[in-house]
Amino acid sequence: MAIWIPEDAKVIVQGITGRQGRFHADKMVEYGTSIVGGCTPGKGGQTVELQGRDFPVWNSVRDAIEASDADATVIYVPPPFAGEAIMEAAEAFDALKGEGVIVCITEGIPILDMVRAAAYVEQRPGVRLIGPNCPGIITPGEQGGAKIGIMPGHIHAKGRIGIVSKSGTLTYEAVAQTMSIGEGQSTCVGIGGDPVNGTGFIDCLAAFEADPQTEAIVMIGEIGGNAEQEAAAFAAEHISKPIVGFVAGSTAPPGKRMGHAGAIISGGKGTAEEKFAAFRAAGIACANDPSEIGQVLLKALQNAGLRD
Amino acid sequence: MNIHEYQGKAMFKRYGVPVLEGVHCTSPDEALAAYDRLGSKVVAVKSQIHAGGRGKGNLYAPETGDLVMEGGVKIAFSREEVGTFASNILGNVLVTIQTGPEGKLVRNLYVESGCAIAHEYYLALLVDREAKSVLIMASTEGGMDIEEVAEATPELIHKIHVDPSVGLLGFQSRDLADALGLSGAGAKAFRRTLASLYTCFVENDCAMVEINPLVRTEDEGIVALDAKVSFDENASFRHAASWEDLRDLSEEEETEIRAAEAGLSYVKLDGNIGCLVNGAGLAMATMDVIKLKGGEPANFLDVGGGANEEQVSTAFSIILEDPNVKGILVNIFGGIMRCDIIARGVIAAVENLGLEVPLVVRLAGTNVDEGKAILSASTLNIHPADDLAEGAERIVALIGGGDA
Repeated sequence: MAIWIPEDAKVIVQGITGRQGRFHADKMVEYGTSIVGGCTPGKGGQTVELQGRDFPVWNSVRDAIEASDADATVIYVPPPFAGEAIMEAAEAFDALKGEGVIVCITEGIPILDMVRAAAYVEQRPGVRLIGPNCPGIITPGEQGGAKIGIMPGHIHAKGRIGIVSKSGTLTYEAVAQTMSIGEGQSTCVGIGGDPVNGTGFIDCLAAFEADPQTEAIVMIGEIGGNAEQEAAAFAAEHISKPIVGFVAGSTAPPGKRMGHAGAIISGGKGTAEEKFAAFRAAGIACANDPSEIGQVLLKALQNAGLRD
Repeated sequence: MNIHEYQGKAMFKRYGVPVLEGVHCTSPDEALAAYDRLGSKVVAVKSQIHAGGRGKGNLYAPETGDLVMEGGVKIAFSREEVGTFASNILGNVLVTIQTGPEGKLVRNLYVESGCAIAHEYYLALLVDREAKSVLIMASTEGGMDIEEVAEATPELIHKIHVDPSVGLLGFQSRDLADALGLSGAGAKAFRRTLASLYTCFVENDCAMVEINPLVRTEDEGIVALDAKVSFDENASFRHAASWEDLRDLSEEEETEIRAAEAGLSYVKLDGNIGCLVNGAGLAMATMDVIKLKGGEPANFLDVGGGANEEQVSTAFSIILEDPNVKGILVNIFGGIMRCDIIARGVIAAVENLGLEVPLVVRLAGTNVDEGKAILSASTLNIHPADDLAEGAERIVALIGGGDA
């Protein structure tokens, strides 16, 4: 089953003719993602070659969805245009299908553009936004699967662990940790490191809880804001599956932005200590170090009777 | 990106947010001339640095460290006092609760007219990340530390969220004026000020605007007595020219600026183990694990998702500029970035820079075997590690424990 993105989801690429868009579209096709084409305004009718095959380019997301019946779109548009690209996709999915998943990889979108785009998406309840400033979402299959984003596909395998994280490379680390104890993944979602984003931890936890393929969850947060604390409170009430947690930034100084726009301790709030405490209070098994995630997960699976 | 109070007030003025007459000065003579020009009997002489708590801060002589004056914001009742305060402030180091013990050298001064204050309020606009909208916060408890107010008497902080699709609505600013106990001309002036400020916030891509205090004058006017303004750097493409003028590079960390120009994200810390990592989350986690293993990280450094050999080299030279660095841990989980490219970059940097401190390299992900082969084929003194915990343990052991 997996969440939101089935293995055979049909995907379009916004910004497919750009350097980043074309590079990653090629990698997605190589992995086995059902890329159906892409769009770039003014370049409709052209084609883009990916893995030796030609893929159509449309002028707009509407044209692309009408022609391909796409289920999802992935955005590699530069920051000045990315907010609008999200809204264009939301409008098109809502009008043509009443649903759709938008994955925005772009880093560096102005926060007020995201405020507008997030509100626009929320007014269209069938449409889901993942990101921005994220590695994307991947549902590994028996062979290939749906990789929508920039993650290295080959480190994943189909399995029963759901992963949700604010960070890109730390998600890969978590994936490698599940593999180290012989577990694969149902779906891995990078929700992104920006202060204003689409899908949050709670959406992912609820979806993993409802997904029969997912039997345990790894949740990785970082300093800044209180999304982790809210997710912990939600998990205590609503999640029956075992959760393993980690929070990056215990050593981060206050008031300094640590790479991600959202990773900042402001006014003494949003510390890793606070978030770890919320995780523990909610019964989430915490790893002190990302290299421990595998062992902590193994123990959590054993405690739940899911492993010998 | 932060700007000075005098710059924020100039911006307010353009949007019709009321401020007092004031003059930006960089010398005591200019301060005296400003006093003569303003023609106000009482003036405020205000240190301009990118940190709060100036009024309660202290000024110290940079060479001797001797206390020069208490208070970085002074009220002067005479021309002579203006001269004294200006020379006590300019060229000295202001230490406030927000600057840390090293303080900040004051290069700029603002001399501002006085006014008759009836009441001090607090007003701030910022983006509320959870509500995903602009939050306006106001309180009757102006002039105080707002975090203390929020802690002790949260009911005295009033909040409204602005729906981005319609903007600030009339009833919202009326509600806020009511909550602050304003009426008549004072309420009207407040609502006008708030509307102007919201426009100013949005049009300039502000990350935060804080006015503490915003005052009601005895003649029922509203005046911004302070202006703490920061911009969202992601929007710099929309404001390139004007932000260039407003930017005070002397207020920022020089190495952090150079790192940013090279496409690297760097934050200096106090420890002795330098780190070079790809990805912000993993870079933080690497620091955390170094600490967990008994060491102290010297920096945060994210080389990003697609770094090339040159960036890796720049990253090394920035880390090595810090004289406290006794060892380096490289931690790369290759995704888009291939481990063989990183391995080549590391070797090139080590050879060019003549690295003398121990170096531990942990590689994982795309092309990891090629990367490891390149490192082990080199004759350089590079210690490999298979995972983050092992890498951190090794570097801590190699520098002889965690003591600086």
